[in-house]
Amino acid sequence: MSFGERISRILLSTPVLRIGSILSTLFGISIFVFLVLRVIPGDSIVGAFGIETGVLTPEQIAQLKIYYGIDKSLPMQYLSWMQSFLTGNMGYSYSTGISIASLTAKALPVTIELALIGTILGVVMGIAVGTFSARKPGSIRDFAGQLFGLMALAVPGFVLSTTIVTIMANKFHYFPNGYEFVRLWEDPWMNLQQMMFPGLVLGIAVAAPVMRTTRSALLETVDKDFVRTAIGKGVNSRKVQTRHILRNSLIPIVTMTGIQFGYLLGGAVIVENIFSLPGMGRQVLYAITRREYATVQSSVMVFAILFIAINVITDLIYRKVDPRIKK
Amino acid sequence: MKRDPLKPKGGLYYYMQSTSGIVGALLLLFMVIVSICAVFGWLPHDPLEQNVEFAMQGPSTTFWFGTDEFGRDIFSRSLDGMRRSLTVSVSAVSIAATIGVTLGILSGYLGRWFDQLIVRLSDVIFAFPAILLALAIVSTLGNSWYQTSLAIAVVYTPIFIRVARGPVLTVKEMDYVKVTRILGFSSLRILRKHILPNVTAPIVVQVALSLSWAILTESGLSFLGLGTQPPNASLGLMVSEAQSIAAFAWWALFFPSAFITIVVVGLNLVGDGLRDALDPARRSS
Repeated sequence: MSFGERISRILLSTPVLRIGSILSTLFGISIFVFLVLRVIPGDSIVGAFGIETGVLTPEQIAQLKIYYGIDKSLPMQYLSWMQSFLTGNMGYSYSTGISIASLTAKALPVTIELALIGTILGVVMGIAVGTFSARKPGSIRDFAGQLFGLMALAVPGFVLSTTIVTIMANKFHYFPNGYEFVRLWEDPWMNLQQMMFPGLVLGIAVAAPVMRTTRSALLETVDKDFVRTAIGKGVNSRKVQTRHILRNSLIPIVTMTGIQFGYLLGGAVIVENIFSLPGMGRQVLYAITRREYATVQSSVMVFAILFIAINVITDLIYRKVDPRIKK
Repeated sequence: MKRDPLKPKGGLYYYMQSTSGIVGALLLLFMVIVSICAVFGWLPHDPLEQNVEFAMQGPSTTFWFGTDEFGRDIFSRSLDGMRRSLTVSVSAVSIAATIGVTLGILSGYLGRWFDQLIVRLSDVIFAFPAILLALAIVSTLGNSWYQTSLAIAVVYTPIFIRVARGPVLTVKEMDYVKVTRILGFSSLRILRKHILPNVTAPIVVQVALSLSWAILTESGLSFLGLGTQPPNASLGLMVSEAQSIAAFAWWALFFPSAFITIVVVGLNLVGDGLRDALDPARRSS
């Protein structure tokens, strides 16, 4: 094989193409974020000076534009944002003067921990209720399970959170989120108490679709020939349930979990604000209300990168779950 | 009157076969009637009128859902809030469906670079959690009702692109479509007569589901203070305002929350019913 052939083979191999497509999507995302948030000039100045903007002279405004870098052409602004995003501090938060990179470094672990707890709770609840439902389709149990799924889908996270906060704080006088937030490595016990309720709220949101998927996947697999064979040859019924039926229903469940994990990041925006967790969702909302577009822009970009990373991880898990998938 | 057994049954017949579809339609109908009352101002009280004398009263015959801390009638506010939520969601989904379906069909039918471009663009929008993207767009657009619905429309357009594009890809390879092309029919006629009818079913189901998501997104935005602004009523905003008084006035939290839940449940059940009615494989006769 010649050198050229070898190179082209590597370039056309699946992982390389996959990385290429991820990178091109990321590029598109960065342009989209930039266009959505940066097209409105002047607002950064209004954001920094509020109602005093009216007092500024045109010369001062021009100087501020230079200071914030919004005097340059759009492509130049994009490039300088990309440069600071990729190589350094992602820009500065106007109101605090701290670099967005260090803000993100503090906020991101909180959101990831919250999302992981939410997903784990959601998957456990979803699979449990789904299996419970699928045992006897059409029965009262099935109805109860489906009702749970529907309510989990329809009751918004902020309603559930507000209700939990009200009941816990006023009836039981227990509200760990009223204290200052502690990190997992500082005080694991306190941290888990603070993560418990928001995690549960997110978990219920994840449980609904996981439950639905589990139920329909199980019902589909139960009728397969290999299940009948297993029962026929006398494998005990618990083993048939877990090793044959559940194992083969895992793919759609994993897919659904991957999708939901992404949406959960959106739910984090609301839940973090109610339970005052200093995560990415709070950072974004804070920045939006302060009109700090640089922070919003970089944080939203971090969310999108996280979302794509989750998709890639889901893809990798597929291969573990279903060895039949080769490519 | 007996029904002619040979006459093909319409979609409505199949729809009425599904219990969840009927329940969903009733719930939805209730909410639509309620919103129409709010549109014409047929409300027991003015939703904005403050009356400190009657602040924080529980449900009674005068104030069916009780009053909030300013003495405003929660029943009237909930109805008005439902009208706002539905207005925003219906306009958002109409925009998203119109643009999404058009782009999806064209992209599937034309293929090549146009298809590539559209698919890439929708991948980009798919990479954001819905509420976050809506939040970011609203933060730059502003938060009047049409700007909110525009933001929600952007978020849900790619779903319609995907739903419309899929069936087009299979249908356009079918023999009967190829024949029409050989016969020299115009693209417009092929699209309208042969391709559009094949994508309507999944789109109709998607409209119902997207409406429910749009309502959740809208109320989420209002809850965070980025949708409807006070003193106007919106379900999400009412929940947010109830946070401080919910311990003493459960009704302030309960009724607006129940309204959101009922309309979302209704839309989901309608979606299920439509899916069963429109999918020949699921018809159980």
